[in-house]
This record gives sequence, structure tokens and C-alpha cells, in this order.
Amino acid sequence: MKQALAQQERSAAAERSRIRASLTPYLKNWELYVLISPVIAFYIIFEYVPMYGVQIAFKNFVATKGIWGSPWVGFRHFERFFDSYYFWRLIVNTVGISLYQLAVGFPVPIILALMINEIRQTRLWFKKVVQTVTYAPHFLSTVVLVGMIVMFLSPQSGIVNKLIVWLGGQPVSFMTEPGWFKTIYVSSGVWQQMGWSSIIYLAALSGIDPQLHDAAKVDGASRLQRIWHVNLPGIMPTVVILLILNMGSLMGVGFEKVFLLQNDLNLESSEVISTYVYKSGIIQSQYSFSAAIGLFNSVINFILLVAVNFSAKRLNQASLW
Amino acid sequence: MDRSRGDRIFDAINTLLLVLITFVVLYPLLFVLSASISDPSAVVKGDLWLLPKGVNFSGYAKVFGNNEILTGYANTIMYTLVGTAINLVMTVCAAYPLSRKDFRGRHVITAMIVFTMFFSGGLIPTYLLVKKLGMLNSIWALVVPNAVAVYNIVIMRTFFQTSIPYEIQEAASIDGCGNFRILLRVVLPLSMPIVAVMILFYAVGHWNAFFNALIYLSDRSKYPLQLFLREILIQGQMQAMIDMADDSLAKKLMEVEVIKYAVVVIANLPVLLLYPFLQKYFVKGVMIGALKG
Repeated sequence: MKQALAQQERSAAAERSRIRASLTPYLKNWELYVLISPVIAFYIIFEYVPMYGVQIAFKNFVATKGIWGSPWVGFRHFERFFDSYYFWRLIVNTVGISLYQLAVGFPVPIILALMINEIRQTRLWFKKVVQTVTYAPHFLSTVVLVGMIVMFLSPQSGIVNKLIVWLGGQPVSFMTEPGWFKTIYVSSGVWQQMGWSSIIYLAALSGIDPQLHDAAKVDGASRLQRIWHVNLPGIMPTVVILLILNMGSLMGVGFEKVFLLQNDLNLESSEVISTYVYKSGIIQSQYSFSAAIGLFNSVINFILLVAVNFSAKRLNQASLW
Repeated sequence: MDRSRGDRIFDAINTLLLVLITFVVLYPLLFVLSASISDPSAVVKGDLWLLPKGVNFSGYAKVFGNNEILTGYANTIMYTLVGTAINLVMTVCAAYPLSRKDFRGRHVITAMIVFTMFFSGGLIPTYLLVKKLGMLNSIWALVVPNAVAVYNIVIMRTFFQTSIPYEIQEAASIDGCGNFRILLRVVLPLSMPIVAVMILFYAVGHWNAFFNALIYLSDRSKYPLQLFLREILIQGQMQAMIDMADDSLAKKLMEVEVIKYAVVVIANLPVLLLYPFLQKYFVKGVMIGALKG
């Protein structure tokens, strides 16, 4: 009896010390857990609670009843959105702007980086000037950028129309003509971001082994051949990863610039999912309907990202995860 | 070193194209600057191509005489200072533990944080949350929901991992430093370049932010600069400013144009002044994040 008790006590003591041993790595770094706890709290409250709140897309949200208490309505809001007159217009505009932007805006920074990379070592000041200038517009706010677009494209006093008239053409009302919207959106984006986006490729280029270039030179490769056969393959992994990230947001045309460039006359080609969510949700307070559209959008984005990542992995061994 | 003929042609074309690109990027910026200090009638008539004509600061006088713009400026400065301070503390709090190999659970926490980059609750649930927390129409709605950015945590974590030898931290720990002290006395002083980058990224973000203010603020006296800019630049609402002058309509309309250019310059001045000093840091910062993120 006594023996059994002692045995029990021993095993309890062993158990305690085992627990203590397994806790040691945590206890030793307790300060780190204290440090990170506000961050974890932040992500739970401001990212995961809204994910929980997404269920209002399947409910008829009534503010007084709260998210939990509001009645379920299944897919009714989704059906209403799919059947609505706006549905195809929103999809076409959102995907259209994204693809246009991808087709033009994605390759330009790569080309710019390749060009900057070819500036000779003896002319570093020129490299610096090009970089300083092309990075600068990145820091303009969207409001200012759109303000500048409006001023430059104004039919009466804008410099672009002055130029068109000077060349003997007719002034174009760029901002109110739906046909121009996507081009304005994409080209101003290229203007603002090409330098900034090229930084990543320049970093990748600086990591290419110079011996590869020397070997290519010995083999008689010209400059263009070296760019094509050494530099481009060298930055390919970076290119693929950025392409995946871009594809993942194919349906996520940023709200700000589209919203600011919009006016009643160009809505036909400028209304995208995010602006529609804002208008029906925040302005008209149709919370559930709007949340349903937002959810539809996020889910498609997420599926696209996973799909593109999967195929990139198969093709190229470069992937996000 | 000898350069072949092909090489020289290549260099010439490359340089020419780069000069052209640089000019295209620079031109609108210079034009805005010139227009803002030119005679309004010259701007409207289109006599202006690049250099200012009939130097005139009436646009600036009008902007600085406008109380709402000044309020917006003050609000933006406050939001930027408070917001950036919160951002910086939160980013360090996340990045430092995650950079430590002996921090148990870092993979789970990283996964939880990174997942939010790819999927989120979306606008409406977030709006309802902010509303429920009672943050509507207060500074908190602008600084708390964006307290920290995943991408910046990754950049900073990578910097801690790659640029600060773990041996230094181990040595400090053997000397009796706790984790807090290691962070404050050893790691942070060695991380000033990345801290500068973070300050620039976050501060520019707050300075330029307009969306959260648009949806969360209803009180005009709390509006940041960008919301007033939107009214002036895009919606063309500037009654308050042009009514102050009792000149002819034509002159007013001309002034409107110059006010717009002046407002653009004023809004971007702080960022443009900071930019040259921080440039060498931010390129490094982006590269760290890009290469090893």
C-alpha cells in the first residue's frame, strides 16, 4: 500500500517535471509571447472576426439583432446579385481592367529594370537620376494622381488636349467617354508604378552571377543575347512569383483609383465589384447583399491564387508555398 | 575596356530610351510645379509648356487662406504621427519574436498572419466591426484597423534574421540580458535602416490615405487633407475659396485652375522633402523584402 503510494507520488513528480521541461522553451521566452500578444489580438479582432462576420452574406442582417441573431436566408443575396442587371457589367469591367493592367503593367517594370541594369558602371549618376525620378510618382496619393489626370485631360485647359489641338485634332473628353476609362486607368498606373515595381527585378538582377555573363561573352553572345539568355532566366523565379501574386488579385481591382476616376458618364465601363460593394453596402446600407458580393469576389480571388500557384509549381518549381 | 560597335549602338539606344522614359515621368511633376506658380491666365490659355510664366503666388495665398485646408493639414499630421507610431511598435512586436528560431509557435503564428493577405472578411463585415467597437467618426477608425501590415512584418523579420547575427543576441543573453533588453539595447539600435524604411512606408500610407476617412468619418472638422483634396481636385468644389474674391467670373475660373495646382504641390511637399533623404534606405528595404520574403 505504502509502496504503491510512493510509486504514485514518484510518477506524479516525474509527470510534473516532464510538464515543466516541456514548458521550458515557452517560459524562457515568455517576454516574446508578451510582445507578440497585441499583434495576435489585432489579427484575431480585425481580420478573423470579420471573417466570422462574413456569415451575414447568408443572413438577413438586422442591426438590432446582431450578426448572430439575424435570420438565415441561404443563397438569396447571391442569387439576387447573379440575376441582377449589373452582374455581367461588373464582371467584365473588373476582369477587363485587371487583364489590361496585367498585360501592360506587368511587363513594363521588367523591361525598365533590364534597361536600367544595362547602364554602364561608369555612368552611375545617370542610373541614380533615372531611378530617383521613376520611383517618385509612387509616393503621390491616389487623390492627387487622379486630380492630376483630370487636370491634364481636361477638354478646355488640359495640356493633352492642347497638344491634340496644336497637332490639328479635335479635343477629346477623356474623362466622360467610357471608351477611354480603362486606358486612362492602366496608363496612369504604369506611369506611377513602373519605377517602383522595377526595384524588385533590379534586386534580382544584382544577384545574377557575373561569371555567367563572362562565359556568355567568351561564347560570343551580344548584349541582347546576354539579356535574353542570362538576365531574363536569372530573374524568372521573381517574375513568376510576382505574376502569381498579380493573378491572385485579378478580381480585386483596387477601389480607390477606380472610385475617384468614376463619374456618372463613364460608369458603364468603370463600375467594378469593389465600387459596387461600397455603394450598395456603405451608402445604401444593404449590408448583407453587399457582403455577399464581397465574399463572392474574395472566394474567386482565392481560388485563382491557389490554381495559379499550383500550375506555376508544376511548370517552374517557383511558387508561393 | 574595348567596346564593340554593337555595344556602342546598344548603349546609345538604351540611354536614349531611358532619357525619354525619365522625361515622361518627370514632365507632369514639373508642369504641376510650374503651373502652381504661374499667372492664372497663362495656365488657362495654355501658354505654359514647362517653365513658369509670369510668376505669381496667388494660388498658394488662396489655399493658405482657406481654413478647411489648414484643418485638414493639421488632422493629417496628427493621424500620420499617431498612426505611424502604432504601426512601428506593432511591427517590431510581431517581427522580433517571429525572427527568433527558439520562439515556439512561430510557424503557426506566421501562417495565421500571412493567410490574411489572401483572404479577408471584406469591406462590410469590417465596417460593421468598427461601428460596433464605437470607433466611427474618431481617429481610432483610421489608425487601429490598419495597425500593422503583413508585408512589413515580413520585411522586418527578414532583416532581423539576416542582418543581425544571432550570436550577438546569444552573447547578450549569456551576459544576463532578458529578451526585452536584447530587443531594445542590441537589436533595435542595429536596425535603424529598416526602421527608417518602415517609418517612410507607414507615414506615406497615412499621409495619402483617404478611403478609411471616407467611410468612417462624418464630421468635416475631422477630415484629413486627402478628403478636401478630393473635393477640390476631382469634384471641383471650392466655393469657399473663390467666393472670397469678388472679381469677375472669368478671373475666378482661371484662379480655380491655379488653386488646383498649388494644392497638389502643398499636399505632397512633406513627402517630397523627405524622399531624397530616405531613398537609399527604402531601396534597401524593398530589396530585403523582395529577395528573401
